[in-house]
Amino acid sequence: MDTDDLTGFLPRSSFKDLFTLLLREGFRIVGPREEDGTIVFKPVTSISDLPVGVRDDQSPGRYRISHQPTVRNFSWANGPQALKPLLFPPVETLWESRQDPDGRLSFLNAPDLSLPTAVIGLRSCDLVALDLQDRHFLNGPFPDRGYRSRREKLLLIGVHCSHPAATCFCASTGDGPGIRSGFDLVLGETDEGFVVSAGSEKGRNLRDQLPLRPALAKEIQIVREEIEAAARIQTRALPPGNLRDRLFLRLEAPHWDTVAQRCLSCGNCTMVCPTCFCSRNLEETDLPGNTSKTLRQWDSCFTSEHSYIHPAPVRGTTTFRYRQWLTHKLGSWHDQYGRSGCVGCGRCLTWCPTGIDMTQDLPHLFSWEPPGE
Amino acid sequence: MNEGRIPRSATVIDRIDESPTVFTLRLRLEEDPDTPFVFRPGQFNMVGVFGVGEVPLSIVSDPLDIDFFDHTVRIVGRVTTAMARVRPGERLGIRGPFGSGWPVEQAVGRDIVLVSGGLGCAPLVSVVNYISRRRDQFGQMTLLHGVKSPEEMIYRERFKELSRQDRTRILLTSDRAGDGWEGSVGPVTALLDDLRFNPDTTSAKLCGPEPMMVAAVKKLITGGMAEEEIFVSLERSMQCAEGLCGHCMLVGHFICRDGPVFRYRDIRPLLEHKGL
Repeated sequence: MDTDDLTGFLPRSSFKDLFTLLLREGFRIVGPREEDGTIVFKPVTSISDLPVGVRDDQSPGRYRISHQPTVRNFSWANGPQALKPLLFPPVETLWESRQDPDGRLSFLNAPDLSLPTAVIGLRSCDLVALDLQDRHFLNGPFPDRGYRSRREKLLLIGVHCSHPAATCFCASTGDGPGIRSGFDLVLGETDEGFVVSAGSEKGRNLRDQLPLRPALAKEIQIVREEIEAAARIQTRALPPGNLRDRLFLRLEAPHWDTVAQRCLSCGNCTMVCPTCFCSRNLEETDLPGNTSKTLRQWDSCFTSEHSYIHPAPVRGTTTFRYRQWLTHKLGSWHDQYGRSGCVGCGRCLTWCPTGIDMTQDLPHLFSWEPPGE
Repeated sequence: MNEGRIPRSATVIDRIDESPTVFTLRLRLEEDPDTPFVFRPGQFNMVGVFGVGEVPLSIVSDPLDIDFFDHTVRIVGRVTTAMARVRPGERLGIRGPFGSGWPVEQAVGRDIVLVSGGLGCAPLVSVVNYISRRRDQFGQMTLLHGVKSPEEMIYRERFKELSRQDRTRILLTSDRAGDGWEGSVGPVTALLDDLRFNPDTTSAKLCGPEPMMVAAVKKLITGGMAEEEIFVSLERSMQCAEGLCGHCMLVGHFICRDGPVFRYRDIRPLLEHKGL
């Protein structure tokens, strides 16, 4: 936990003041809500919108909410989505084409509808995933216009994770459960309130306007111990180190077929993964046929269309598609973005209808020895 | 930067039917007619039909022809079917040029072997045209081009014309023989068996189905060619052309951005596995 900064304490009775302040500063607030039997990130306007005493019981292929007798708002691990849909919407318009009666074509960038948005309740895995999405959407030769505009208007309020799910393995990837960077404000929740630190100039400005008292050593200690416990109780782990070479030496391992027999190629893992970035372009023409919108929609490497070039998909089997996903996520991501694409959030396990668990499959893959040169 | 990413309107100024399923469109950008369309051989455009969608198409014309550019298209899907109905005077949307292109400067003064299969020849046609127009800058040019059946052999007149040029050999082959077919019969890789080249002065550029390229490269290397003198143009699904949509990934490479032309040595291990 970053404690170089001034650390204050926001009593639970003053938590609403953070919301009032954010609204006064002109932010739309997005935060966790209990909805559809899970935690979803949606617009919130007051602390009464936040979950209270909610726990999420997760295991491969399973997600259930339960309620505990506690006042805590952040006693859960994660839901199917957090930041990704806010920056990289599931569907968005890229440009609009117009055809004049004389056949002339004109093209217009989609209007920028982004709003200053404060997101509260982000986990360390969410913030690291955001950094990875930034590398993809902003750092290449063609920075994404819509993503950049939304990103620049974002205020990030993280909450240290004290209640990881059984599917979490962020401690092994080094991406949690405590938040170390990438935030404007970070909160450590105790029963009585929140230990508050700032991680940016924007965050310091806000912090200075909150009715904080200095945090007691005991309060900081509680937060620290809960983060340490949250790391300790994680039972799943990725094998340590850069897995790139170990994976690419095993492209022909028989275990890919074994996993593929359970994989429905449904793409759920790619939809909930906070770093998956694939998209497809679609055309949507109006009824008179004079204007057409080019839309970008989330896509998945688990569809046969994803790799289709005439006359057949490059990855025509589930074996090839699962192998593509995992070797990209844990392997070639290193080539593209300098680190693994997995932040250990465990969503791909939880939301897999057949409960495929990469932390279980990797040891099987690695136990296979490739034939020598 | 942002504005460069939305399409620009281009007028179809000519159309040539190359075969019942292949046609060439000559295009000119509408706005800014004075701004030349600058590209390198082997680069591609995203070409869009209004209301239908876009496809990546290699630019087959020469960079010196600054007031137009050509795309040769084969009707294979929804967008190319719609494109086949486009007539001169009508408009298309253009984004581009994209991609790395062929390293033609690297080949100046050298002999060149070009191996192509099917309509995969489109990216190589740009090189053939480039060299034939700058004939004195290059040594011997040998084009080995194979198709499945004689009906697929397009650019026949152009190839005849080219083969009359100095230091130019055009060897055509078809997997199946047919009426009036004068070329060889068999796979394009078989043409390599009898090919003589000087390994010290020859570079190769290949385009076509990956198994064909892998087999052809093996023969070139057996013939003594240095691996770093071999370049290939790869094909994958492309939708954004900006390295964002993920469709064209080959392990760590975004083919649209890092390719489509690669030095063979840099991607060899990736072509040896099916389904990457």
